[in-house]
Amino acid sequence: MQEALKAERLSKSYGCRLVLDGLNLCVRQNTVFGLLGANGAGKSTAIECILGTRKADGGYISVLGRDPQKDRRNLFQKVGVQFQEGDYQPEIKVSELCEETACLYKSPADWKSLCEQFGIGDKVSRVVKSLSGGERQRLFIVLALIPDPQLVFLDELTTGLDAKARRDVWKILEGLKSKGLTIFLTSHFMDEVEALCDEICILKNGRAVFYGTVAQAKEQCGCEKFEDAYLVLAGEEGTDE
Amino acid sequence: MKTFGTLLKNELKLNIRNMNMVIFAIIMPLVVLVILGFLYGTKPAADGAAYTFMDQSFGALCTISICAGGLMGLPLVVAEYRERKILKRFQVTPVSPVMLLAVEFTIYVIYAALSMLTLFPVARLFWNVTIHGSTLAFLGSWLLTMVSTLSIGMMVGGIAKNEKTASVIACVLYFPMLIFSGATLPLEVMPEMMQKIIRVLPMTQGIQLMKETSLGLPVSNIWLPIVVMGAVTVLCTGIAVKCFKWE
Repeated sequence: MQEALKAERLSKSYGCRLVLDGLNLCVRQNTVFGLLGANGAGKSTAIECILGTRKADGGYISVLGRDPQKDRRNLFQKVGVQFQEGDYQPEIKVSELCEETACLYKSPADWKSLCEQFGIGDKVSRVVKSLSGGERQRLFIVLALIPDPQLVFLDELTTGLDAKARRDVWKILEGLKSKGLTIFLTSHFMDEVEALCDEICILKNGRAVFYGTVAQAKEQCGCEKFEDAYLVLAGEEGTDE
Repeated sequence: MKTFGTLLKNELKLNIRNMNMVIFAIIMPLVVLVILGFLYGTKPAADGAAYTFMDQSFGALCTISICAGGLMGLPLVVAEYRERKILKRFQVTPVSPVMLLAVEFTIYVIYAALSMLTLFPVARLFWNVTIHGSTLAFLGSWLLTMVSTLSIGMMVGGIAKNEKTASVIACVLYFPMLIFSGATLPLEVMPEMMQKIIRVLPMTQGIQLMKETSLGLPVSNIWLPIVVMGAVTVLCTGIAVKCFKWE
């Protein structure tokens, strides 16, 4: 199977603080990959380096076979991104934000049916800032899916969603995966990771401390619950950090 | 082209919803026109002059909107989009910086054109303002003044670190140009010494040229303003595109 994303020996430091230390990642096409780790472990920096919005100090990156910095405009025709701190024009309406996003792509998905799918179909004429946190979060997932992407990056995708909405989002993502989508996500919810991810990488201080499947993680730690295994692997158990 | 059209439509809507530019670029020039109209009526610009004071001021009135858009609106909106990470969202889409800048640029061209189109009928109707010289030459000098001023704004917006910096630079450029270049206060009412200093401002060059072309006066030195404004346009646009920062 071909890889959708490959990063080798990725390193990045801010001043003298090393944030990414020789990170290797490989995401196969049509799989769901989870990048995990505590706050400040380097997840967001890793995503930004992979997307080319930040320049890595060293290493090799290839996304859908392209260099994200040199080939930005072609690459992002087929890559959707949802940022953690996604922002929007102060007075913009849902429909305007969707329309403005859709017009940037050669063959966008139908944003109206995406909004319907994510349960915000009746909110399209509302101003974005008047939406609830959960509705806004779902809108940002819709925006990431508007390119009709082959690969989508979802940074903390279900933060702020209630239990039902999370399950709905999972179901939609599984449906999209079955149609060939590759998903790269970060999450702090281990049930979500377990339900969705084919492969995971756990980061600690910019290094990969675990790389494999959820089942392998549980087996390696001898834990029954994945959350326990995660805490052991991420080195968070019993520490105050 | 479809991308440009959709972005323009949306951004224009947002801009109008914000109301700032409607006030500063459309209503304010009209207010200044009416004030000057009541003050000077149809008095000739000077004893024995063939044109009225209002004829003489028309060009300058058209630049109020250009100033508001180019030195306040444009730099602030670009800097705001950068600070709010809206540009960062655009960075992970196929859109080019040139497209985004062109859309914002066009919005302020529309404001400037709209301002002129509202000023002229009012000035014509109430104070019988006419273009004595060649309309084409007047429009040409208006275009040059507008493009060069907007390009300054684009550069400021393109390179300012955040909205605050942009706002400070914008104020430093906007108020002196608005007050002293002859846009609001006619150059002629200022002390002679001050007039000499003010002539150095690029905006003053544009207003002077607009005045001469609208009044049909012999243009004393046509190449100086054209070269100054042309150079400003090329330089500022180049810097804005070359040094564009998403974040």
